[in-house]
Amino acid sequence: MTVLSDAWDYLTTASSWTGEDGMLQLMAQQLLLTGTALLVAMVIGLPLALWLGHLGRGSLLAINVSNVGRAVPTFALLALLVVADWPGTREFGPYGRAGLATIIALTLFALPPIITNANIAVREVSPAVRQAADGMGMTGGQKFWRVELPLSAGLVLSGVRLALVQVWATATIAALVAGPGLGEVVTDGFLRTNYGKGIAGAIVIAVVALVLEAVGAFAQRMLDPVPRTTVRKRRRGMSEAAPIVAEKADAVGP
Amino acid sequence: MTLLAAATAAASSADDPSCYSRLTNEWFCRQYLQDYRSEIVDATVEHIQITIAAVVLAVLIAFPLALVARRLPRLESSILGVSTALYTVPSLALFPLLVPFTGLTATTVVIGLAIYALTILVRSMLEGLRSVPDEVRESATGLGYGATRRLLRVELPLALPVMMGGLRVATVSTVALTTVGTIVSFGGLGNMISDGVLTNFRAELMTASILCVVLAVVLDLLIVGSQWLLTPWTHGKAAAA
Repeated sequence: MTVLSDAWDYLTTASSWTGEDGMLQLMAQQLLLTGTALLVAMVIGLPLALWLGHLGRGSLLAINVSNVGRAVPTFALLALLVVADWPGTREFGPYGRAGLATIIALTLFALPPIITNANIAVREVSPAVRQAADGMGMTGGQKFWRVELPLSAGLVLSGVRLALVQVWATATIAALVAGPGLGEVVTDGFLRTNYGKGIAGAIVIAVVALVLEAVGAFAQRMLDPVPRTTVRKRRRGMSEAAPIVAEKADAVGP
Repeated sequence: MTLLAAATAAASSADDPSCYSRLTNEWFCRQYLQDYRSEIVDATVEHIQITIAAVVLAVLIAFPLALVARRLPRLESSILGVSTALYTVPSLALFPLLVPFTGLTATTVVIGLAIYALTILVRSMLEGLRSVPDEVRESATGLGYGATRRLLRVELPLALPVMMGGLRVATVSTVALTTVGTIVSFGGLGNMISDGVLTNFRAELMTASILCVVLAVVLDLLIVGSQWLLTPWTHGKAAAA
């Protein structure tokens, strides 16, 4: 148990936070990475998923994307990108060593929850509401912007929130392949058998993850145009094997 | 002279054809599979053991939790809340946080992975039990089924498809996450991946990555197959529909 007091000592020492390679700097770097990757994934994933959803298509894409994203280990993909000739471990602007490889991997792993949720959200808008919109003479574009998007915004945003937490978790793993970010504190601590340091890093990573989750939940509530009370989950027919719960919950992928 | 040089070059390349040598360092290499066979098999076996132990542990914990959550709705939100919060903790942070309690052992990895699988399983088990129509439950009671017999003979079989869906998701993501166990040196194929990164060994890295995905697909198919065997009544219905 001495490792716990070691961890506490590391956390309460000012020098472990400040300076080059201090935890504050590493945290800022990882947050920057997370934000960039999430933004890129949204720019790529949202238009595609929403457009397919508007056409009532994309169920195959949504299922496959999330299945593949689940089966491919983040660690393996990061490792492959780093060892390859391109992008390799080269420095990339403020993102540090192996920055480009990390951003590519993070973006790829942010896509499944974003695409799956956005696509399902738009497709699940009730047909009656769509017909009503058609009956009022709305064009396709009007129907999408004024009816489908507001109604599905909650689920779309929850996909983005899941992606945020997932990207943060994946960014930590980048340190296992000599990438940037807070994971470095953990891997360095364990490599040098300075377990106190490793555990201190783990605590910081976990706390930031929980804060991000809370901020995400708050932002989701603020941004959702349709005020929602906690609706009891709809019953699903027993023959429906595919659990929607999986689509919504698992995407957090640690 | 040139002939001789060519001959020695040919001989040396025949003698040392290793496509995983420093110079060539190819991604795909059959020679590597042969030379490192025992290492690859060991890592794969460890990977499978850790994955299965974690999923089984998670099922054993999740099922009673799901029953409690269903019986006591007040506890439901706290059970789901706590497990979701644990799920939010990144794996590279969760394993080190368990180290003070379980040390640098495979147990650390198994417990950590079980925590992640637990979240998925509890949700899908609850969802599955809820998918049993009320009328069916009432008829079972009307036929004189007690609570336990109703659960085992009526509700569980009907909830199985949804529960198995959760089990598939949990298993596949556990296979992928086991690799991170390499932080405490028990990562199965993950150990090969981190060694591959450290020593810039492409064949090792690619082999381990592919085996991970193959393992996930195989386990997924095994679960689908067992579900098919366990729910014979669904085949007839599908054919009729």
